[in-house]
Amino acid sequence: MTAADIPISGARRDVVSRICGYTGFRVEAAAQQLIKANAVVAVIFLAWGGLMGLLVALTRWPAVHLLPADWFYLLLTGHGANVLLFWIIFFEVAVLYFASAVILSSRLAAPRIAWLAFVLMVLGAITANVAVLQGNSSVMFTSYPPMEAAPHFYLGLILFAVGALLALGVFFATLVIAREERTYQGSIPLVTFGALTAAIIAVFTLASGAIILVPTFLWSLGLIPYIDPLMYKVVWWGMGHSSQQVNVAAHVSVWYLIAALTVGAKPLSEKVSRTAFFLYILFLQLASAHHLLAEPGLSSAWKIVNASYLMYLAVLASMIHGLTVPGAIEAAQRRNGFTKGVFEWLRKAPWGNPAFSGMFLSLVLFGFIGGISGVVLGTEQLNVLMHNTLYAPGHFHGTVVAGTTLAFMAITYYVLPLIFQRDIIWPKLAKYQPYIFGIGAAGISLFMMGAGTLGVPRRHWDITFADANLGFEIAPGAFLMMALNGLSAILAAIGGLLYIAITVGTVLFGKRLDREAVPLTFPLHSAAKVVGQYGSYNTVKLPGTITLVAVFFIAFLLYYFINWKYLSEVWLFR
Amino acid sequence: MTIASPEKRVWWNEPIERVELIWIAIAFLWGLFMFFFMVAWHFFGGQNLSNETYRVTPGEYEQKVYDFAGQYQVGEEAGVPVVQPPVGGDAYMLARLWEWWPILQLREGESYRIHLSSADWQHGFSLLPTNINIQVHPGYEHVITVTPTEAGEYGIVCNEYCGIGHHQMLGRIIVLASEGGAQP
Ligand code: HEM
Ligand SMILES: [Cu+2]
Ligand SMILES: [Cu+2]
Repeated sequence: MTAADIPISGARRDVVSRICGYTGFRVEAAAQQLIKANAVVAVIFLAWGGLMGLLVALTRWPAVHLLPADWFYLLLTGHGANVLLFWIIFFEVAVLYFASAVILSSRLAAPRIAWLAFVLMVLGAITANVAVLQGNSSVMFTSYPPMEAAPHFYLGLILFAVGALLALGVFFATLVIAREERTYQGSIPLVTFGALTAAIIAVFTLASGAIILVPTFLWSLGLIPYIDPLMYKVVWWGMGHSSQQVNVAAHVSVWYLIAALTVGAKPLSEKVSRTAFFLYILFLQLASAHHLLAEPGLSSAWKIVNASYLMYLAVLASMIHGLTVPGAIEAAQRRNGFTKGVFEWLRKAPWGNPAFSGMFLSLVLFGFIGGISGVVLGTEQLNVLMHNTLYAPGHFHGTVVAGTTLAFMAITYYVLPLIFQRDIIWPKLAKYQPYIFGIGAAGISLFMMGAGTLGVPRRHWDITFADANLGFEIAPGAFLMMALNGLSAILAAIGGLLYIAITVGTVLFGKRLDREAVPLTFPLHSAAKVVGQYGSYNTVKLPGTITLVAVFFIAFLLYYFINWKYLSEVWLFR
Repeated sequence: MTIASPEKRVWWNEPIERVELIWIAIAFLWGLFMFFFMVAWHFFGGQNLSNETYRVTPGEYEQKVYDFAGQYQVGEEAGVPVVQPPVGGDAYMLARLWEWWPILQLREGESYRIHLSSADWQHGFSLLPTNINIQVHPGYEHVITVTPTEAGEYGIVCNEYCGIGHHQMLGRIIVLASEGGAQP
């Protein structure tokens, strides 16, 4: 008996699995259950947090001014936590299980631990919500000391983070198992590689979170006398910013995944796309300084090096994906026969398939709105023009709503048939959903950014300053911006509501696909099944992608220099 | 397929598209440019956030602000002293729940060392309509050398959430036209 034959300690559990009739993947029952559970809970938190977002936006619309001040700050705290943490991270756990167990046709490591992770995350999220709703924890999800929340607010976040850390462990262990059991040949696929980068960054993220939230929790119990507010921010943003890189790596993986499923795209070159993911790991977590550019007590050299130089190599990575994702789609579409002119491949793309349209909108909006504004906001001196104005929420609704959330919505249109094994109900509505949500999300991003450039503060109940001792009249344009923001919020909320109705309706009432292989309402590309032929393929001309990238680059340059011009016109300070 | 393993066992050996290489080069150079532009602005730009910061206790800082206001007060508005620091001298601004105290009166084209700190929680110094935004911490005294470039009345809004009165936290800086009167 050789060493390799000895069973690994403990009995191997019985693995129940099926072969997917559409993709050929082997899908294990335990993995499928866990993906379902995490995805369903994610959608519930999106609905709950999204409702809060709508109420907040309607309050910030001066003509409507819906909520009283205490409820506004309470729901704004709840909104940030529920959507940015709970919705996104539950969904990411589902994506990680999918990218490991399903794509590698492997069994999931330690499903019991995965269930424990799930329970901890749910408990943590509920605890934090209870704390917020009780009213003594309206500290915003960033909870900067010396402002103090109830202890169970921090405890909820800690429980949630511990659960998420366990889920990451399950993901890493599944990769190990798949390798040992040889469920695939050679390197892991690109999508799994991207998910792996997300998971590695997530470990760093959650570690920073624990390092700062545990002492803060003890401080709220009175066991630690003092938390330095600046130190808190440096460490907290080690979590807060890095977790945004988790989101980027995750949604870029989802872009590649959808491109493969809908048009049969493969990367232009594996080496470039993977190296770009790798850059995220090397540089992104250093960018916590990104949030500290207007802070006292930190040197300019530290700010520039951390927030900026290293970040530009990460920006470089995103700019690379900005070429390789549409490039892969163009190459695939040209191979599919759409070769006329510069843009036939794009015109004849499957725009009626919400997975594709959602993905492409996410790509464009993330790049043009979230990406460009992020670089400008992350420039040491320019940051002073918009730090803590509504520009900041405008920027990150461009990244995390129009980018990540829309990408996750798009992939749902494949998770439902492939994992829940239900055909999408209301396909007509589903076709419009990404457009409605995408336009709404683009609107809230742009109008909040616009309001921010006029000086409108973030997290602020009343920009008429009616109750203030010394008044101030803010630029009249700000009121228009906030009204347009309110209208866009309604549009985004309708798009979100459609998404939730379609998802829940499909899970409960969709036509069952596990009985026999029925054609899907939103079909997969036939090449998605062919696993025999893959890898990079050589030299296709990509005039369409080159045009798109050129437009992007010019927009980037113009916007960048316009902001320096604004800066040069304000008071002198040094 | 992005969902299947690459052909070469080791992905690093996969070929690269030429258009990708060109874009990587452009994007990399642009990143370097943006980096060096920030550094360069420290030399030729007029707007760079000061690095001058001291540790201070909230109590000590409050006392400094009171002393300053007592020495240079020239008037009062809505119960808040209006204080005119000497040209080129130190001026103190206190952030506390929920006001910016006192009102400063400065002169256009002259520079002042403005001190910022908080007596309690974090606050956000947002000078409008010029839109200069600086974070204010308790325990840290930040000194910024400021030169107003235009006369007028400016508002200070708080843009770091600081509890239920956050939206009432306003202050003011008055900038008088430069000495010698007439403006071009
Ligand atoms: C219907 C969709 C949504 C609407 C209408 C909406 C609207 C808003 C508004 C008006 C604010 C307040 C800005 C302020 O006063 O400072 C806000 C804050 C925020 N939103 Fe959203 N949002 C939506 C969806 C989302 C999603 C899906 C995410 C995350 C994935 C998100 C993340 C955030 C975060 C992190 C904040 C900052 C909270 C804070 O300042 O503490 N939002 N949102
Ligand atoms: Cu304040
Ligand atoms: Cu405030």
